[in-house]
Amino acid sequence: MSIHSPAPDWFQMPHGHERLWIGLALVWCLIMFAMMPFWHFKGKQNSTGESYSVTPAEFTERAEKFAQTNKVSEHNGIPVAEPPPGGDAYLLARMWSWYPVLKLRKGETYRLHISSADLQHGFSLQPINMNFQVMPGYDHVLTITPTHTGEFTIVCNEFCGIGHHAMIGKIFVE
Amino acid sequence: MSDLKPGMRRCDTTGLPVCLDAQAFIKLNAVMAVVYLLVGAIAALLLVLTRWPAVHLLDTAWFYRILTLHGINMLIFWILFFEVAVLYFACTTLLNTKLFSRKLAWVSFGLMVVGSVMTDYTIFMGKADVMMTSYLPLLAHPLFYLGIILVAVGTLVGVGNFFGTLYVAKRDKNYEGSMPLVTFGAMTAAIIAVLALLHGAIALVPTFTFSLGLTPEPDPMWYRLIWWGLGHQSQQVNVAAMVSIWYLISYLTTGAKPINEFVSRAAFLLYILFINLASAHHLLVDPGVGAGWKIWNTSYAMYLAVLASLIHGFTVPAGMEIGMRIRGYGRGLFGWLWNAPWKNPAFSGFFLSLVIFGFIGGITGVTLGTQQINILAHNTMRIPGHFHATVVGGTTLSFMAVTYYVVPLFFQRDYPMKWLARLQPYIFAIGIVMVSLGMSFAGTNGVARRTWDIDAAGIYGSTAHLMLGIMGVGGVLAFTGLLIYILLTVWAVFFGESNKGRAIFDWGTPPIVASQAEAEAAEAEASAGRAPGTMVLVMILLISFVVYYFANWKALADLWWVR
Repeated sequence: MSIHSPAPDWFQMPHGHERLWIGLALVWCLIMFAMMPFWHFKGKQNSTGESYSVTPAEFTERAEKFAQTNKVSEHNGIPVAEPPPGGDAYLLARMWSWYPVLKLRKGETYRLHISSADLQHGFSLQPINMNFQVMPGYDHVLTITPTHTGEFTIVCNEFCGIGHHAMIGKIFVE
Repeated sequence: MSDLKPGMRRCDTTGLPVCLDAQAFIKLNAVMAVVYLLVGAIAALLLVLTRWPAVHLLDTAWFYRILTLHGINMLIFWILFFEVAVLYFACTTLLNTKLFSRKLAWVSFGLMVVGSVMTDYTIFMGKADVMMTSYLPLLAHPLFYLGIILVAVGTLVGVGNFFGTLYVAKRDKNYEGSMPLVTFGAMTAAIIAVLALLHGAIALVPTFTFSLGLTPEPDPMWYRLIWWGLGHQSQQVNVAAMVSIWYLISYLTTGAKPINEFVSRAAFLLYILFINLASAHHLLVDPGVGAGWKIWNTSYAMYLAVLASLIHGFTVPAGMEIGMRIRGYGRGLFGWLWNAPWKNPAFSGFFLSLVIFGFIGGITGVTLGTQQINILAHNTMRIPGHFHATVVGGTTLSFMAVTYYVVPLFFQRDYPMKWLARLQPYIFAIGIVMVSLGMSFAGTNGVARRTWDIDAAGIYGSTAHLMLGIMGVGGVLAFTGLLIYILLTVWAVFFGESNKGRAIFDWGTPPIVASQAEAEAAEAEASAGRAPGTMVLVMILLISFVVYYFANWKALADLWWVR
């Protein structure tokens, strides 16, 4: 009787179907509990959250230097930079663009540094749909290995002002 | 139950004692809640009509402004005002006690009204286009933060009044033994609310002083961490309040009887103990916190909170099954379910809320909160797809459902146009299911949340557009259901037929048809812990859960490798 005080002997262990269900639910929760560590060791998709403190000015400077050093062409006025396989790549988010455009190779691994020059942004790689948070003051390092070739679009998916929907970047994978 | 104290009356139908002070504040808070529900709902209609690409109604600036307004009014104002009303009900009527303090109730209500008006005014003036979360360094006008802080303080005062009432009821021995389950559930909601609101103060007070230029900028990652101590826990307040209402309505409409009070109470306790740490699941793809921290907090803490919901997902329908069987509706596995009072809007609202929360909200929520799977979902439309099922399909629908009893009990008025009220929960539920599924599948197609236009990216195909269209149609339908609810309720409150001195309108509670022998047989089954129909239903839930969960791991395995 949910709206009246229960009988004095209400403290009883579960039994019958209720006990069966609690047991099943607990087993399922334990399976889910094991999945995250399991995938961490066996799976290929684990963002470790590796990050370093960096000021927006410092990071902007690094990204510009990276873009100039590794520039191979231009895309809509933005430099296209090709980092060396196994090396560092920089991606700067600011209202409302991604800088520079990246050119990567399928099957090669890169240390992709992402940060923001102003507000928080969202790195959303389409159409494969991988999403990470981009924060000013944090150099967020993703050790990434493209497994598909083609043209990929970076959409900003954290609100960053009026021009937010037009904040589009590109990654080309060969 | 002892005799009535001064300042209390007895309900003519239910025999429940009603504290007149509490009644006044239940009315005030419920009315304010409905006002903000309407503001948030008009905003919702404008938003779905903008994100539905074929309509695309608002311009950019107004879209983000209205989105901020929608989140704040729905998730904070509508729900907090209603929860204060629920708390006042649970501590006075159910414990046969007078409200602790009329003054505190005024202070609470005053602070909440001033704060909420201040915040809405700031948003309308275009000084706070910062979304519900107002992530730093994005900054709003100081009045925006001050308004929210005032609402939080006002709510805390109301919660204090609730605890004061609990204390007085215990001291004066107004009830015997343990407090009723519904009050216990409300108490867990109140405890979580205190924890949530304290986090809110820790995050928002330095942000407020920063916006005034008095203190340095708080670290954006620190802000996110603490803010989600507010953001997620406040949603757990809704869950605890909603589950309490499930127990209340299932008792009122079907005579539900919990199999085991200890199990139901322990499940509420799990919410208190684990939900704070589980808030870590909002930071799963953030820099600044490590993988070990993310995995640890989300794994053990979240799954113990999930266990609590899985338990309630069994105990609530099982209690109802038992109640119905004792009344004589025990034929077959599902005789209790077919004969349930589906024409009673309180019942249909409650049961639809249970199903939508469990099958859509619960399953998607746990999956999105998995560290690696979150890579697929973070900040996509899958997130609002999830929480529209939990907060709107679950909490809001259950709050609507209980109103069909709140208005007759506290305002002493009956609803007009009963046939329309009977349809209302179904219209709203179908609409919100379409919204939720439309959003979720748009999100799996990569559509971002909080974005005015998807076509600017030039990458979204017909599936994404179709899903946003389904969301749009569902949004219009849900808005219609909500408008019916508001119009009928407002009509009932101001012009409804008075039920003083006579029975409250009976929406169709199943009468007791069991013979003595049948009722005893059903009681014996119940005390053996048997609820076979519910057992089948929860097994269907579990299988759906397992399939959805592992389908997401499969989708994850197809992504680029990332460390």
